[in-house]
Amino acid sequence: MTLLLSRWQFGITTVFHFIFVPLTIGLALMLAIMQTTAYRNRHNPAKFETWSKMTVFWRRLFLINFAIGVVTGIVQEFQFGMNWAAYSRYVGSVFGAPLAVEALLAFFLESTFLGIWIFGKDKVSARIHLASIWIVSVATLLSAYFILSANAWMQHPVGYKVQGNRAVMTNFWAVMTNSTLISSFLHVVSAAIITTAMLVLGVSAWHLLKQRKSGVAPHPVFATSAQLAMIIGSVAIVATMFFGDNQARLMEKQQPMKMAAAEAIYNTQNGASFSLLTIGDLSGNPVFQIRLPHMLSVLADNTWNGSVQGINQIQAKETAKYGPGNYKPILWVTYWTFRIMVGCGIVMFCLMAVGLWLMRKRRLERTTWFLRLSVFAIVLPFLANTTGWIFTEMGRQPWVVFGLLKTSQAVSTVGTGYVVATLVGFTAIYSLLAAVDFGLMAKFARFGADDVDEHDAPNDPVDPDSDTTRVPALIY
Amino acid sequence: MYTVIASASPSYTGLEIFWFLVIAVLWSMYFLLEGFDFGIGMLLPFLSKDDLDRRVLINTIGPVWDGNEVWLLTAGGATFAAFPNWYATLFSGFYLPLFLILAALIFRGVAFEFRAKRAFPAWRSAWDKAIFWGSVIPSLLWGVAFANILRGVPIGPNESYLGSFFNLLNPYALLGGVTTLLLFALHGAVFASLKTTDAMQERARKAAKGLAPAAAAALLGFLTWTYLNAHHAHNTGIVPPLVPVLAIAAVALVGWLLREKLEGWAFLATAMGVVGLVATIFLNLYPRVMVSSISKTYDLTIGNASSAPYTLKVMTIVALIFTPLVLVYQGWSYWVFRARVKRPPQIHRASDPSETEQSSLTVSAVEPD
Repeated sequence: MTLLLSRWQFGITTVFHFIFVPLTIGLALMLAIMQTTAYRNRHNPAKFETWSKMTVFWRRLFLINFAIGVVTGIVQEFQFGMNWAAYSRYVGSVFGAPLAVEALLAFFLESTFLGIWIFGKDKVSARIHLASIWIVSVATLLSAYFILSANAWMQHPVGYKVQGNRAVMTNFWAVMTNSTLISSFLHVVSAAIITTAMLVLGVSAWHLLKQRKSGVAPHPVFATSAQLAMIIGSVAIVATMFFGDNQARLMEKQQPMKMAAAEAIYNTQNGASFSLLTIGDLSGNPVFQIRLPHMLSVLADNTWNGSVQGINQIQAKETAKYGPGNYKPILWVTYWTFRIMVGCGIVMFCLMAVGLWLMRKRRLERTTWFLRLSVFAIVLPFLANTTGWIFTEMGRQPWVVFGLLKTSQAVSTVGTGYVVATLVGFTAIYSLLAAVDFGLMAKFARFGADDVDEHDAPNDPVDPDSDTTRVPALIY
Repeated sequence: MYTVIASASPSYTGLEIFWFLVIAVLWSMYFLLEGFDFGIGMLLPFLSKDDLDRRVLINTIGPVWDGNEVWLLTAGGATFAAFPNWYATLFSGFYLPLFLILAALIFRGVAFEFRAKRAFPAWRSAWDKAIFWGSVIPSLLWGVAFANILRGVPIGPNESYLGSFFNLLNPYALLGGVTTLLLFALHGAVFASLKTTDAMQERARKAAKGLAPAAAAALLGFLTWTYLNAHHAHNTGIVPPLVPVLAIAAVALVGWLLREKLEGWAFLATAMGVVGLVATIFLNLYPRVMVSSISKTYDLTIGNASSAPYTLKVMTIVALIFTPLVLVYQGWSYWVFRARVKRPPQIHRASDPSETEQSSLTVSAVEPD
């Protein structure tokens, strides 16, 4: 029972944390680009104003989001010890190191320079202020790299040996250059950027629609934001799919059961087809299904008639290797989460393609149906991120560290009552945070491009004719 | 001055000893820095007369509190990497208190960012409560936790924690909690007197003068008890009497330093109090990292809790390169924000088009310094 509750708790806290993380990564980068463009155009008043106001507008959303990302991240640092003590003892020598390095290399940079960026505009030079947001952006990427190195090691352990009753690190460099890590880092970071691009596009689209309805010309802040989101997003969605495909190939080699479970393929096949969707039973007697012939072999093996291993064969192989047991993850979870993730990706790809075409025709700001679609599409990347992680983690089951340690052996000996208390507690706190965050994000997303919040930093170029240009001395 | 009670076991490696030291330093830095921002949070309702006052106080720590908290994350990560058994036993054993600390830090962290985002009073006062309790609860519980680590908790074979939440509530540990609570409140009051001006500074000084004797008394009581405990109950730790004596003396002097308007020195004194407290605990602890109240053989030590030598070596290289760098840029950021936060004159304005509760909204104007 403690095991089940602990798994739910880890799932809830981590999925919730990862709603905010991609936006932190993506918005930090986008803000750095916006502020750099403003800085480079500092002698061109019209451009400078547009890009500065963009920085101000998106910064509000960034900071609201960042706060939740930070506080939910604190839980991540400690919950391995709290609920997964046996795991922590077993893997500490390998898994603890990236966590410590992440804090030392990434979190200090991120927090210190974010402080400079928010509060220091009138205290440091424009160049240092600009450098600060770039440092924050680099720190978010470093953070992603180190934490993914820990996760990649759980998927595909390298650079270690088993000594007595624990795994010990033998090669730090191997852990830091794990093939799974490189692939998942590139996939996750491009996914973070597409997530942000979809948010920026969607929010800008909402404003452009509103302006269109009231007969106002498209505001340059939102027109430019939408175009920037289109350009960055198009690159990011292609990269996400490319590296995702790369990951699938590694998965077929490193965790074949996960690949088979993603497809619900029971028996090894050559020239395997890709199942698009299935209605009814996944175990081979579907009511209705759509399949793309040979596609799975192409995806997993890059060949038309490549062999894709089936669940039954892998189960037999792993039983022989690791002893009797059930080595299958929960199939309906892996099958459907994989489909939702890939499906969302394909829809985003199409949206981006259409958007690029409209942009080329200079009709992006005026195409109502596309703008409407973009607003609704904000939900897609979040759905894809969530299902992607659920797939990756649930697909590795019953292992917590693939081939080394099972999830059932990883849990703490904490009383069930305590875990119930914290599960309820974390869920309640996170639900409350979600509601507050959603309210605030919605409020500031609806802010006009020229509106001023008292929270804005000093000297932001806002509304030069009103008394709001007075410099607020207090930011919080 | 240093009294070695028992000869240190020769079986510990240099790296294990070094990482014990590193973790002691990380916790010292954490309490030294977050200590005063906890103090600001605790004093928020007492030092302020209106919302603008509260904003002044929060802005004294605005640019730095998050960086201060990273010392905690680093301490957590370093413990995980260097002493996995310590990390596992401590956080699974102290499960509920840690949950309460995390919950408090969550609310407190978002409160700083969110409170100014809406103008209506109920919103702000709710987040002010989050900042207050979010500062009080960790300040108290960290003291309780460290006192228990040293006092001993039921740890059985295989480094497993056999107690419950209630084992952690004992007079010694509670005194430890009260000590950190008072010490951080004092540390925050002195910090406020350093970082504010005029009426706010006066109130902060007054609060610090009132808190100083109480904090000194708690520290005296707790460290005396610790010293006696270390002498009689356990026969291992190194007990250098100079460290706790200096800590107590420094805190006892704060009232006088403030009367002489030596705020900088007063801050140094409370800092010495905080670091001295952490140092005393760790010096008593060494070479153990968690004491078992069941049997000495179940103690977690830097030997049986430690990670593989290779991991310690890699981590040492990383720490030696990057810790000085962190200290430099974090120090630089304190220098950037060295100016006092001044209460701006109130100007009413309508600024936020989406809020209807405009009348109470005040915003500051430029004050040429």
